[in-house]
Amino acid sequence: MLAQNKTTPFLLGYRLYVVTFFIFLAAPLISAGAFAFNDSLFPALPWQGFTLDWFFGDTEPKLGMFHDRRLLQGLYYSFVIAIFVAALSVFVGTTNAFLFVRGDFPAKNFFYIMMVVPLVIPGVILGISILVLASDTANMMERRFAIELEFLRPGILLVVLGQFSFIATITSLVITARLKKFDETMEEAAYNLGASRARVLRTITLPFLRPAMIAAGIVAFLVSFENFNTTLFLVGSEAPLTITMYDRMAKVGSTPVLNAVSFFLMVGSGLLALMSVLIQRDKTAR
Amino acid sequence: MQKDIKRLSLILLFAPFTLWILLLVVLPHIGMVILSLREKVAPRVYEFGFGNYLEFLHEPIYWNTLIRTGSMSLLVTALALIIGFPIAYYIAKIAGPRARGGLFLLCLIPLWVSDLIRSFGWILLLRETGVISSFLVWTGLIGTPVEFLYNDAAVIVGLVYTVILFMIVPLVSTLDGMDNSMIEAGYNLGGNGFTVLRRIIIPYAMPGIVAGCIVTFMLTAGSYLTPILLGGKNSSWFTEQIYNQFITRFNWEGGAAFGMLLLLFTSLVIWLGLKLSGQTLANTVAKS
Amino acid sequence: MKHTPTYDLECQDLAKNFGSFRAVKGVSFDIPSGSFFSILGPSGCGKTTLMRMIAGFEDPSGGDIRIKGKSVLGTPPNKRNVKMVFQHLALFPMMNVYENIAYGLRCNGVSSAEIKRKVHDVLERIALPDVAEREIHQLSGGQKQRIAIARCMVLDPDVLLLDEPLGALDLKLREAMKIELKLLQHQFNTTFIYITHDQSEALVMSDNVAIMNQGEFEQIGTPQELYHHPKTAFVAGFVGDSNRWSGTVTSSDGTGGQVETDQGLPMTFSAAGGTKINEGSKVDIFVRPEFIHAIRANGANKSSADGDNRLSGVVDSLLFNGANSRVLVRAQGGELVEADVTLTGNNDIKPGEDVELVWSSRQAMCFAQNGGA
Repeated sequence: MLAQNKTTPFLLGYRLYVVTFFIFLAAPLISAGAFAFNDSLFPALPWQGFTLDWFFGDTEPKLGMFHDRRLLQGLYYSFVIAIFVAALSVFVGTTNAFLFVRGDFPAKNFFYIMMVVPLVIPGVILGISILVLASDTANMMERRFAIELEFLRPGILLVVLGQFSFIATITSLVITARLKKFDETMEEAAYNLGASRARVLRTITLPFLRPAMIAAGIVAFLVSFENFNTTLFLVGSEAPLTITMYDRMAKVGSTPVLNAVSFFLMVGSGLLALMSVLIQRDKTAR
Repeated sequence: MQKDIKRLSLILLFAPFTLWILLLVVLPHIGMVILSLREKVAPRVYEFGFGNYLEFLHEPIYWNTLIRTGSMSLLVTALALIIGFPIAYYIAKIAGPRARGGLFLLCLIPLWVSDLIRSFGWILLLRETGVISSFLVWTGLIGTPVEFLYNDAAVIVGLVYTVILFMIVPLVSTLDGMDNSMIEAGYNLGGNGFTVLRRIIIPYAMPGIVAGCIVTFMLTAGSYLTPILLGGKNSSWFTEQIYNQFITRFNWEGGAAFGMLLLLFTSLVIWLGLKLSGQTLANTVAKS
Repeated sequence: MKHTPTYDLECQDLAKNFGSFRAVKGVSFDIPSGSFFSILGPSGCGKTTLMRMIAGFEDPSGGDIRIKGKSVLGTPPNKRNVKMVFQHLALFPMMNVYENIAYGLRCNGVSSAEIKRKVHDVLERIALPDVAEREIHQLSGGQKQRIAIARCMVLDPDVLLLDEPLGALDLKLREAMKIELKLLQHQFNTTFIYITHDQSEALVMSDNVAIMNQGEFEQIGTPQELYHHPKTAFVAGFVGDSNRWSGTVTSSDGTGGQVETDQGLPMTFSAAGGTKINEGSKVDIFVRPEFIHAIRANGANKSSADGDNRLSGVVDSLLFNGANSRVLVRAQGGELVEADVTLTGNNDIKPGEDVELVWSSRQAMCFAQNGGA
């Protein structure tokens, strides 16, 4: 069934299947995005005409997303969380890459599997387990020493840690793959030319890793931005965007302002994803 | 002296790794195990015991939900593999080199969009006042609007949609590494399309298939948004039970036990899958 | 230790063990200033380990390394004035040519005006004055080679180490680069230490060559000495081509005599490597193909060839390679003997013809087996 030089009807059917599949992929995204521009109070057919009110409208009932304080706040928190998660994950991903590519220590395989494991633990479980540990610690401190550790209660820090706990695996895998391709004689050559170890790292090794680090950072940022499952259990009063949107959907029902946010996020993520692809492509050109 | 530097840098590199794995993965899970073994005997009085797990066994609705979650996840995984494999094969082997990159990117685009938005999109398509229903009324195929949402089929469609990318990506990368001449040799030696697929392509793609299945299954079983939003109040997904125990009923002990059960259950399925296919975690998931 | 620095590099009893494996077993040698010295050996003989010790990437297990008379043990590689051209060159792909050459100067804190002058100066000297702003991937193989050397030479090293840098080039370019390297070495007048497993590279370029085998130097000498007066059976077999026979000495006056090969062939020989060969000892005999004359058995000038060893056989095949053509002759015993022939294009020897092989006992180099040398 898979030959390239078989009869045309088969290939035609195959192509049709592929096209159908991509329509299937695009349909919900298009419907989520398109209704942002429908001049109606509900994200549903019929089409009432084009409007940008759901982005810029400043009066109820058509309060646009850029005038909706809760949504903007959610966007801001999401952004802050994603930045911290990305920075932390890239840092740990880089040290892990060096640890597993260069390091030589017993039970390396076991530790490598430990590194991969967070990726196969359901996000919900990561969320509750971190919640449980943080709360237990906080409760114990409160009981024994009467110290209230506010940061161990649900809030931004726990959300960052919760997301970081599995995103670090992703960045580690990306950066490790790149470091494996590094020709170590390049470091020796730099060392031989008189560079100190720190200088070799700064001028040779890290520049080589930079594309992978940026790409990993973008991936981490996006995964953090869209995460829901882990965040759900760890969120405090500073709800990130996905949680705010979910609340809105559950309480108010779907309104076109959510379509506007969706469209905005799709464009944003699309651009970032494109950037990461371009950076990765640059790497293969070298 | 050089040895000391090496040892020091090894320790420095180990520190972030250890902090991460120990504080955010190992200890929390140990804490959860301990919590799940605490039985509430009276308000504010706890005892060590398996009560929370026993409750799970005594209450058919709980284990029915877990079995339902597991079987539906397997169904979603199988569907994702069956639907995704031809797509991956098309991208890796049939599409021209320029179309290949574009199609691959097209496949990835939904990956960068939140679960929430994807489910939201499906809701807008499938609900009674949604696009599909309105379209069918407009064409005259149905007389009154039909609700496509809030049933198992909707949940399965939504889940397959959510996870299929994680199936396609590892499949494309393994199939991409396969030499075309291997397929040609298969035909050359007298194989037909089916035997070439079964004897050459599938065995070669096995690490990718297993990696895709593991991630797909794990994501499905652990998903929360899609079943709730598309399945409605009675979607009976196990993560929902966990959420209810934790947040609604504030029964953390029970919730922790349920979490452990879900973890054990998914681990068991993944372990079985690895054993049956003869693969390891390191050469499948770690590579994708 | 007051040495007059006529030697750029001295190694004394240099040894390196990896666990129980002895990669380098007590090697000693001195390299005079401004010479081209090659270390030639099969892969796995320890030559790369030796070079890495000189560069400072490996710590010796024993012995001493002195550069310009001063011991460099304990000096880290970035403080040694020994520069190295790596097997795959290890040019930095994220920098252009200028930055690559300037890298070492920057590490030494040279002022940027000085760097500019020096980089352009060295590019001039390697005859690539216009490539400063090019990216590494825009260079040809030969240009990369020269940039890698320039990157080291701009730092004015006491010794330049080259680790099989021609290995990755195709044949034509490799031939051209051999000559170029030799010229560059003359021009910079710096000591080059060249590591290779390719004997033609070592013989063509070097003033002196060390033959290395299983962690030890078998012989150090000029290319001609190694070729014509090998001290050990390994050198005789490794440098150049040889026909090789094993046999037992039937009569000997110490420096020469009679041998009967294992195939039962009588042969006269001369002892090589300055050792005495006794009667009854097992020996190996090496005869280079260019010293064996192949003459038609029924030819007119049969007796004109001079030599005290004669062997008749049938031409099995002709290996045509222009001036380096050879015949493979199957002797009566059944073994194949290689002999150089001059092929003029008319009336040449053809496969199937009966020939007589003639060579002199002076060219039959004989070594006692098992620790005779």
